Amino acid sequence: MNGVLFLIPALPFLAFVFIVLFTHQNRRVSAGLTIGATAIAWLLGWYIAFQAFLNPDEVMEAPFRLTLPWFAGGYTVFYTGFQVDLLTAVMLFMVPFLCFLIFVYSLGYMEKDPRFSRFFAYLALFATGMLGFILADNLLLAFVFWELMGVCSYLLIGFWAFRRPEETHIDTAQVQRARAASLKAFLTTRVGDTIMLVGILLLYALTGSLRWDEALSPTSLKALAEQSTYIPFLGEVPWATVLAVLIFWGAIGKSAQFPLHVWLPDAMEGPTPVSALIHAATMVSAGVYLILRTFPLFYVVEEGANGAMGFVAFIGAFTALFAATMGVAQFDIKRVLAYSTISQLGYMFAALGIGAYVAAAFHLLMHAFFKALLFLGAGSVIHAMEHGHEHAHEHGHGHRTEESLPFNPNDMRLMGGLFRRMPRTAWTFVAGGLSLAGFPLITAGFWSKDEILAEAWYTGHSVVFWTLAIAAFVTAFYTGRQIFLVFFGEPRSAAAQHATESPTTMTLPLVILAFFAVAAGWVGIPEAFPGLGAVVRGWFQRFLGVQAEALGLHVEALPFEPAPVLISVAMALGGLGASWLVYGRRPIGVTDPLQGALGGLWMAWHRKYWVDELYQATVVAFARWLSQVAYRFDDAWVIDPLVDGVGRFGRWLGARVRRFIDEQIIDRAVNGTAWLSNLVGEWFRQIQTGQVQNYLLAVLAAVTVLLVLGLF
Amino acid sequence: MAWFEQWVLTVILFWPLLAALVILWLPKTAEDRIRRFAVWSSVVPLVLSVLLGWDYYTRFLNGQGGIQYEVKVTWIPQLNAAYHLGVDGLSIPLIFLTSLLTTLSLYYSARVIRYRVKEYFFLFLILQTGMYGVFMALDLVLFYVFWEVGLVPMYFLIGIWGHDNREYAAIKFFLYTLVGSVAMLLAFLALYFAAGTFDILELMEKRPYEDNIWAASLVFFGIFLGLAIKVPSWPFHTWLPDAHTEAPTAGSVILAGILLKLGAYGFLRILLPILPTAFAYWGYLIVALGVISIVYGAFVCMAQTNVKRLIAYSSVSHMGYVLLGVGAAGVALSGQVSFFDRNSAALAMDGAMLQMFNHGIITGALFFLAGILYERAHTFDLRQFGGLSSKTPYFYGLFMVAGFAALGLPGLAGFWSEFFVFRGAFDIVRVWAAVGVIGIVVTAAYILWRVVMNVFLGEYDEARWGDKIWDLTGFEKATLWPLVALMVFIGVYPTPLVNFFNRAAVEILNQVGYMF
Repeated sequence: MNGVLFLIPALPFLAFVFIVLFTHQNRRVSAGLTIGATAIAWLLGWYIAFQAFLNPDEVMEAPFRLTLPWFAGGYTVFYTGFQVDLLTAVMLFMVPFLCFLIFVYSLGYMEKDPRFSRFFAYLALFATGMLGFILADNLLLAFVFWELMGVCSYLLIGFWAFRRPEETHIDTAQVQRARAASLKAFLTTRVGDTIMLVGILLLYALTGSLRWDEALSPTSLKALAEQSTYIPFLGEVPWATVLAVLIFWGAIGKSAQFPLHVWLPDAMEGPTPVSALIHAATMVSAGVYLILRTFPLFYVVEEGANGAMGFVAFIGAFTALFAATMGVAQFDIKRVLAYSTISQLGYMFAALGIGAYVAAAFHLLMHAFFKALLFLGAGSVIHAMEHGHEHAHEHGHGHRTEESLPFNPNDMRLMGGLFRRMPRTAWTFVAGGLSLAGFPLITAGFWSKDEILAEAWYTGHSVVFWTLAIAAFVTAFYTGRQIFLVFFGEPRSAAAQHATESPTTMTLPLVILAFFAVAAGWVGIPEAFPGLGAVVRGWFQRFLGVQAEALGLHVEALPFEPAPVLISVAMALGGLGASWLVYGRRPIGVTDPLQGALGGLWMAWHRKYWVDELYQATVVAFARWLSQVAYRFDDAWVIDPLVDGVGRFGRWLGARVRRFIDEQIIDRAVNGTAWLSNLVGEWFRQIQTGQVQNYLLAVLAAVTVLLVLGLF
Repeated sequence: MAWFEQWVLTVILFWPLLAALVILWLPKTAEDRIRRFAVWSSVVPLVLSVLLGWDYYTRFLNGQGGIQYEVKVTWIPQLNAAYHLGVDGLSIPLIFLTSLLTTLSLYYSARVIRYRVKEYFFLFLILQTGMYGVFMALDLVLFYVFWEVGLVPMYFLIGIWGHDNREYAAIKFFLYTLVGSVAMLLAFLALYFAAGTFDILELMEKRPYEDNIWAASLVFFGIFLGLAIKVPSWPFHTWLPDAHTEAPTAGSVILAGILLKLGAYGFLRILLPILPTAFAYWGYLIVALGVISIVYGAFVCMAQTNVKRLIAYSSVSHMGYVLLGVGAAGVALSGQVSFFDRNSAALAMDGAMLQMFNHGIITGALFFLAGILYERAHTFDLRQFGGLSSKTPYFYGLFMVAGFAALGLPGLAGFWSEFFVFRGAFDIVRVWAAVGVIGIVVTAAYILWRVVMNVFLGEYDEARWGDKIWDLTGFEKATLWPLVALMVFIGVYPTPLVNFFNRAAVEILNQVGYMF
């Protein structure tokens, strides 16, 4: 049974190896291998997850485990392995299932791409990374898989970052954008990962272990909370806080939180299934999972002295609002969703920062479903737009109203009226959008977001509460804007006019996900909620509460408070209503109506607060400058000239000594000193000619001297 | 198996020399025979070093460990110098690395070296004996002789078969290294005068100059100079970019893969065990030079446009990890840190040793890849390329594995060295380690930004390159696959290699013992 755990990440990995080595010429077999391996991993995952769902207490007592010695370093042995406890079970329900659905969807979406097999190989490798990450029973193994995901993300964002002239399915501009985006993604996350690695190394050094159950055991936590270290400007800080903040930086990078959020919007250059899987549902939320895993480290220092929790809450809440506002002013259908993802991840971190462990996990799951759905829906729309564009060209229909805009299948200004053209996509997209906006009572997003808001309200974190509430309004607004721009009104381009519904491999996953995007939230309806609370009696909260209790957190079913619920409902409906007023009520042109109304503020949102430009002008420019200076210093200014100078000095000295000796010889003052000098001079002269054999002779001479010395 | 124990080292050591003599005897025009003979002859020490590793692993690693297969025959009685060989967990993997890289280099060279074939293979095999000798010698005179034996063939390899600026590079390499060697020789003499022996094991017991830190420091710096130039440590590194860039492909592979390791090996085999007091005293200096090498080397890489020069500077950066690791171990011994942690010292040394091995396979592979690119395009200029990912997917795939291994991606070999080095260093020299991790980020930048983005991504210039650039051929794949497979294997399952090195690290530390 426990050995099966190993298979879950191993199967997709085998698929990857097989495709790369053997089957990459055969598209169908390659895709089949990836999907087949993932399907088995999915079934195994659900089998284990459901066992945990049925017997949570037993699994908590004795998690599924597979442990092996990894290596002996120093005087200790490092064990590694996989484990499934309740938190893993929850992830194991979501991750392989979504992988499977999105892989099937990719069959249709990538159908015409010449690099089809390569794509499925990368997907399989990614599945390995994500599944291994959630199953790892120690921080080191988790980090290995974490970085593996980073590489897959890099490779897939840059999937279209290169081309040969005959590859016409992509164009030059796209290639340039994709290669810049992939590099940016890897390097930005690498910054976070490196800081996190420091945290991991220090945790290892201080506790002697990296296993969740050892490094984060009550005794070592107590020690970490009590011992402190001096940090300039901050004074004495408990080790637990230091480690928590360092590890949190890994999450900031991976989950694209401020200030390392800049890579995620650009990551949309990758194929849409990648955006759905990696950059919405799984990899980016791995940051949240990581904090859930290491939560005791954040939590152990008592409140008041605890900087880590405050830091997490601040970053999360700030990012939630910050990213949401940028989402309002984007025209690229995927970029809106990207900012939305950053913002929603911010919600989760804010929840963690106020101690709402279960609520964060709940929102993580719900978000995975509805955001994957939205991305896949967006992919379906893009697919349709591309086909519509081709179709329009074939039939000679000219461009109508988009004269001022070049064709871009992602541009929402060129869409409109797609509801009639592709009803299945539209219905499911609207379901996902309402869930994201937190449409009351029926959608999953409402229940999970409400949980976070209620907790913030209940625990008295009013700043966090109001920030998130305003962000909820903005979220509902940009979601409504997107839906109205894409699906309602009149088509604003020939492509939109000729768009048709996508194939079943693409729409079927949409329908399945739509079900989850709505209904999955019902497992977490709080017990105290009037009327509906009796249905499942807060099953999710009770289930994961067991795990939270085991980590030493206090979990109690919150009493029902009308105020946060009413505020949350008002924000959701208000935002949707406002978006209808601006975008739904009357037809719109290429200029966003808000642009005129908000002016500079809208520009700041549209240009992403100029953070990219700021980084480019500071960090990137500084690194380039430093590298140039270092190279000049090395090669042209100091070090190498010094070396050459010494060489020249040697030649000069040799020549001088020789002349000096000559004069001495002419002066007939031949004596022992001159003989020695002559030798030295001769020796230096050799440098000019580069007769290496002579040096070997010198070495032999030295050995001879040794011999002579040894004789006496 | 007594025969094996007695003779294996000697056979490995002198086999290449014998082969070189046989080549001398073959007619100059029989180029194909020379090539075939050289390649096949190098398989013998390769097989033997695998057997050696296997034998040591199964018989000694979990038992008594230590130096095994010792051979000690009086050589120069007047000097008390002996033909004294022996290997432990530190040297065996390096001997294997030497065998592997030499065989691959010869195999690769057999296809690409087109003039003065006889001299080339003759010199290459002499070089191999020199490298083996350093890793096996337990006598300082013997050590020194082999150290110098490696120098001369490399000089000719660069000077004759190198690229455009080869003469300058060769003479610079030779003189620079020779200066260090002379300093080292003087220090060896000083050790001899103090202890009356050149035997490394005896010197480890006697620890000359233990009570006089100034004398010890003088000797320390003599040896240090020789080793630091070879490693090379900042600021003694500038011979390396020139030598690497100008050397023929296989020369660069051996230079980066093995010759740099000779210096690092000296730190662990000679400097630390024989002069522990001075080593501990100057530990911070080694750490500082290591960290400067890491960060400075990485930044310099970012400014390169020549792919070979970039890989050369990346060696400076990567060998900095070795210095950081051994330096941190030294600092831990000095008792200057708040708590003395032998475990961390052992881990830092593990990391340094792992980095020696891993850098060998990774940079070896990178130099092969750069050479393969040159064979097609006849330029090393990064900016001339683009879009090779699509044109040459196999080349791209193998380069990506090597590149990611170089930037320390977990799951590939390079990660473990960084992990161990920093795990130890963060416990011992926290602030320096924190500066050093900047190198990790910058490494990712120069590999992915400078190399991958310029060469492999973007548009393939069909008009310029057309079919002049083609994907890997069979012999190139065969050259690269063993290295790439090792990177993945060590990355996933570092256990066997760590076992070797950890045993050696623990033994060295135990031998040095608790001090102060």
